[in-house]
Amino acid sequence: MRVTRLLATAMKSILRNRMRSLLTMLGIIIGVASVIDMVAVGKGAQVQIEDQISAMGSNMVMIWPGAASSRGRQMGAGSRQTLKLDDAEKLQRECPLVTAASAISRTSGQVISSSGNWQTTVYGVSPSYLTIREWELQSGVSFTERDIRASAKKAILGKAVSEELFGDQDPIGAKIRIRNVPFTVIGLLKSKGNSSAGQNQDDIILAPVTTVMNRLSGSRWVNQIVVSVTDMNLMDEAQNQIESVLRQSHRIPLHEENDFRIMNQTEMMDRATQMTGVMTLLLGAIAGVSLVVGGIGIMNIMLVSVTERTREIGIRMAIGARGSDILMQFLVESVVLSVMGGVIGIAVAWSLAWAADSFLGLRTEIVPSTIALAFIFSAAVGVFFGFYPARKASMLDPIDALRYE
Amino acid sequence: MIVGIKNLTKTYTMGDVSVKALRGINLSVDEGEFVAIMGASGSGKSTLMNIIGCLDRPTGGTYTLLSHNAGILNRKELASIRNSHIGFVFQSFNLIPRTTALENVELPVHYRHGIPSVKARKLARESLERVGLGERIHHVPNQLSGGQQQRVAIARALVNDPAILLADEPTGALDSHTSVEVMALFQELNAQGKTVIVVTHEPDIARYTKRIIRMRDGTIISDQKVDTPRSALKDLAVLKQEII
Ligand SMILES: Nc1ncnc2c1ncn2[C@@H]1O[C@H](COP(=O)(O)OP(=O)(O)OP(=O)(O)O)[C@@H](O)[C@H]1O
Ligand SMILES: [Mg+2]
Repeated sequence: MRVTRLLATAMKSILRNRMRSLLTMLGIIIGVASVIDMVAVGKGAQVQIEDQISAMGSNMVMIWPGAASSRGRQMGAGSRQTLKLDDAEKLQRECPLVTAASAISRTSGQVISSSGNWQTTVYGVSPSYLTIREWELQSGVSFTERDIRASAKKAILGKAVSEELFGDQDPIGAKIRIRNVPFTVIGLLKSKGNSSAGQNQDDIILAPVTTVMNRLSGSRWVNQIVVSVTDMNLMDEAQNQIESVLRQSHRIPLHEENDFRIMNQTEMMDRATQMTGVMTLLLGAIAGVSLVVGGIGIMNIMLVSVTERTREIGIRMAIGARGSDILMQFLVESVVLSVMGGVIGIAVAWSLAWAADSFLGLRTEIVPSTIALAFIFSAAVGVFFGFYPARKASMLDPIDALRYE
Repeated sequence: MIVGIKNLTKTYTMGDVSVKALRGINLSVDEGEFVAIMGASGSGKSTLMNIIGCLDRPTGGTYTLLSHNAGILNRKELASIRNSHIGFVFQSFNLIPRTTALENVELPVHYRHGIPSVKARKLARESLERVGLGERIHHVPNQLSGGQQQRVAIARALVNDPAILLADEPTGALDSHTSVEVMALFQELNAQGKTVIVVTHEPDIARYTKRIIRMRDGTIISDQKVDTPRSALKDLAVLKQEII
């Protein structure tokens, strides 16, 4: 029998039992839609993290205190206090490939202005920090090396903080108190927009690192050092320079491990991709199980269908249908059923991802290859789970089938 | 010779009970014959027809159809013989439900290989016209009368131009007038050269054939030529007059 005829026969039989066909397809629809959407959610998270990392400024290297355990056991950043303000200065002075370095000392606290108050994070940094991160000021000025030396009580506000404290008013020149220490606002950062999972990147105050250490946190140690290097292509060499300078500064003996961790943007990206990749795979696999369950539903219905149509099979055999003709008839029917489910599932996945994106703000990224994969997989499910019932039909004895009531 | 049967036996075994449905049948049917097989219920008529129609296999003996030794053919070969050389008509019509007359008649053509859809449709129409069902071809079986359904079934049996037409009690589910109409159709087909074998209980029906074979307990007890078969067409004309 010709393929077109087989398809027509299959469609006719599917349309004859609309409700049943739809319910059978539902398993495949849910399976395909969840595979595509789960992977889309995972991929969305990955893209978001990557965006964030690349928004950190190019050519950037980050240094955290604590050993970079190669045995996978890592201490959280800052769990050991090994980085000093000095280290940042040394890196800038002694590494030829380092263009700028800034220590970061982080603390959080209540901020009060004449018209409002707000809880935020204060970053103690050096003037070069803005250059390294490629952040720009919307108004006002940045602080200077002199402010660092003097532990000047000057602050640059993030857009969100400014809005909380001053509303629409220009904050430049205004007085604020951070943890009861008076500061003068000298600059306002350009908005970087809302980013990762609801975290507002504009909810930040920058102040001279010395001021934060001496007057707010009272710590001798810094949380992190960020460095920019001259050339992306010299990243490895730059990292080597940084490592040797810091080892020297920390007086680490030859065979001992670093007491700090260095990571550049590419490595962070790799790590994030690896992590989200595992998550995506896991989500996709879980969703894949539902596709298999959908296949079992198809097998069940095809078995019922073969039993119901035993007499029809007998008639077809009596007029000359061969076993292979009957096999193809039922196989095509189950494949058409599952492929239709697959196509509907793709449409459902698409609309759900779109809805999640536009109404829930959940970033989703539909991966074209998963669509192809889900489609092929659903067709394969149709073949795999349709084969047994179809074979059963093709093996019927014509006489027995004709006598079947 | 189209059908050649020698010492044919068929035994059904169900558990430890075995039924000897056919016990040594010898029969030959030549081209252009019109044969009736008669006998009491359970005498083995349908069993014999199914074997002749290659739907079933004998337990013993030999069966030659055209030049094929049907006893040694596999399922696939039997299927293609059924498709091209045999037209089967059943008592219960056996049309595929919810499928139009035309599509039912097309079906055997589709199972033949390499025939385009347009050709299949054309052959099906011709076959339906041949049995006198030019219109109503787009009706599904349950929109047709029993006589019309049986005509569709005959059209389907004829569509691949088989060597032999087998009908197992084709008039069993029809009233007497319609039965005569169907027999008139068989007579017409036979007059055109088609070999026809009909199983029937009714002597009235058997009288329209040219040769009557009687069976009992799985054997043939008589095989007679009918000297002057009745003409179904003439009977129909008489019946018509009676109604007027
Ligand atoms: N599939 C089967 N399994 C077991 N026994 C069978 C089977 N088919 C037929 N028989 C037996 O074989 C014998 C012949 O049956 P068959 O159907 O050929 O009779 P028949 O002459 O066609 O009868 P009827 O006029 O009632 O149709 C019967 O005794 C029947 O019970
Ligand atoms: Mg019978």
